Amino acid sequence: MTDRYSAWRLLREGVRSAPTWQPAWRKQTAPDSHYDAVVVGGGGHGLATAYYLAKNHGMRRVALVEKGWLGGGNTGRNTTAVRSNYFFPESVALYDLALRLYEGLSDELNYNVMLSQRGMLIAAHTPMQMEICTRIANAMRLNGVDGDLMTRGQALKRLPLLNRTADARYHCQGGIWQGRAGVARHDAVAWGYARAASALGVDIIENCTVTGLDVTDGAVSGVQTTRGAIRTERVGIAAAGATPGLAALVDVALPIHTYALQAFVSEPVKPCLDTVLLYLGTGTYVSQSDKGELVFGGGLDRVPTHGQRGNLPVQQVVVSGLLEMFPTFAQLKLLRQWAGVVDVVPDSSPIIGPVGPRGLFINCGWGTGGFKAIPAGGWLLAHLLATGEHHAISRPFDLDRFTTGRLIDEAAGSGIAH
Amino acid sequence: MQRFLCPFCGERDETEFHFGAEAGRHRPEPADRVDADAWYRYLHAQAAPRGPAREVWVHLSCGEFFLMERDTVTREVLGSSALPGREP
Repeated sequence: MTDRYSAWRLLREGVRSAPTWQPAWRKQTAPDSHYDAVVVGGGGHGLATAYYLAKNHGMRRVALVEKGWLGGGNTGRNTTAVRSNYFFPESVALYDLALRLYEGLSDELNYNVMLSQRGMLIAAHTPMQMEICTRIANAMRLNGVDGDLMTRGQALKRLPLLNRTADARYHCQGGIWQGRAGVARHDAVAWGYARAASALGVDIIENCTVTGLDVTDGAVSGVQTTRGAIRTERVGIAAAGATPGLAALVDVALPIHTYALQAFVSEPVKPCLDTVLLYLGTGTYVSQSDKGELVFGGGLDRVPTHGQRGNLPVQQVVVSGLLEMFPTFAQLKLLRQWAGVVDVVPDSSPIIGPVGPRGLFINCGWGTGGFKAIPAGGWLLAHLLATGEHHAISRPFDLDRFTTGRLIDEAAGSGIAH
Repeated sequence: MQRFLCPFCGERDETEFHFGAEAGRHRPEPADRVDADAWYRYLHAQAAPRGPAREVWVHLSCGEFFLMERDTVTREVLGSSALPGREP
């Protein structure tokens, strides 16, 4: 389990007749009876939480329980973009913590998460949208992250296949550019955190559903699972669309609606798009994977659901948006389409903090944008679990903002819909 | 494309409908004596049930709000009816 990956190791194992590769993480089939902390949810946020509990806070008796398999939820169902181009200082602090951690993650985890900072353009097609883009780029700079305004000429140079014919419906005027944004390999993020957490002693238990939360004298005292009961005084929930059901176990109702969010992949082609593009006119965003596929998506489905599949009307909107931006992509075959269930909050910002009985903490409400925030979500939930107190960056995202009214409305601020 | 049942117009494409709210929410009164926590429960707290759900939807074409029962996992429509006092 302490195998160190390196070019030398790859070469050595490659020429051996019987390679000695070990599983990346220990497969624990049954939990122990007691842990110092239990993390519910084996997606990116849960795995990062378990890792940072061990790494930052020295907690070794940590269990992570996952009802399916690691990274099988939204971590394996997203479009892999990472960025911190938000409007409010609280949001930029949060998402840029994640981006900075991503920048060092491959080294830290000794696992190549294939971070590719190819830049992201949010493209505008009207003078009014350019004014909004200017406002957001200014906000990003005031918040200390890299935001630039891109001209039409610069954008077309970067995106040579973009529709620039006279009959195009949306003529690109330029937009907001963040050079540090990009993509990362989503499965590698989950597997890398799992491997590193496992090496530090975290027990990872898959196919283990939480069925109850024990509360004694107003404090968490244990977790009931399909693989037995676990005694613990600290529980962290990082379960995206499954969060409302888990919170309901302790009679907490969260400000969450669940929707399906779809994504699409085309057949692979040679490199033709070297950035992440979000077009305000069509609502469609696209990047090209290292394998050559075009990975794209758009807005939420309009019908609240827990079913992990999309519906046809939104597929049509997203695909037609892609073809409006890049008419030449009409030649490509669509390889796959899928959906994840996302937890959408009224102000489009996540919820991180204590909830219900003492010792219970949640990290949820990331909506359509959880992947980019994985390192920060894990870092902050681990801080809450270990210390019982908010980190300065997570404090504004506490659930209490819905009673105090101090919302962080990124849908209004940066136009980000989730 | 899914088809939903408007009690006033019959079965129509899902694109003609908009989700309103989970059914059974009542505005707390009197408003000037409602505390912040009760406002939270009325305005924001959701059950987001997995499985059968009772919801208020609006049929955008006719403008009528109505009750719909659905399964949020299978997406099966279990029934729909007019709101009290709004029978067609």
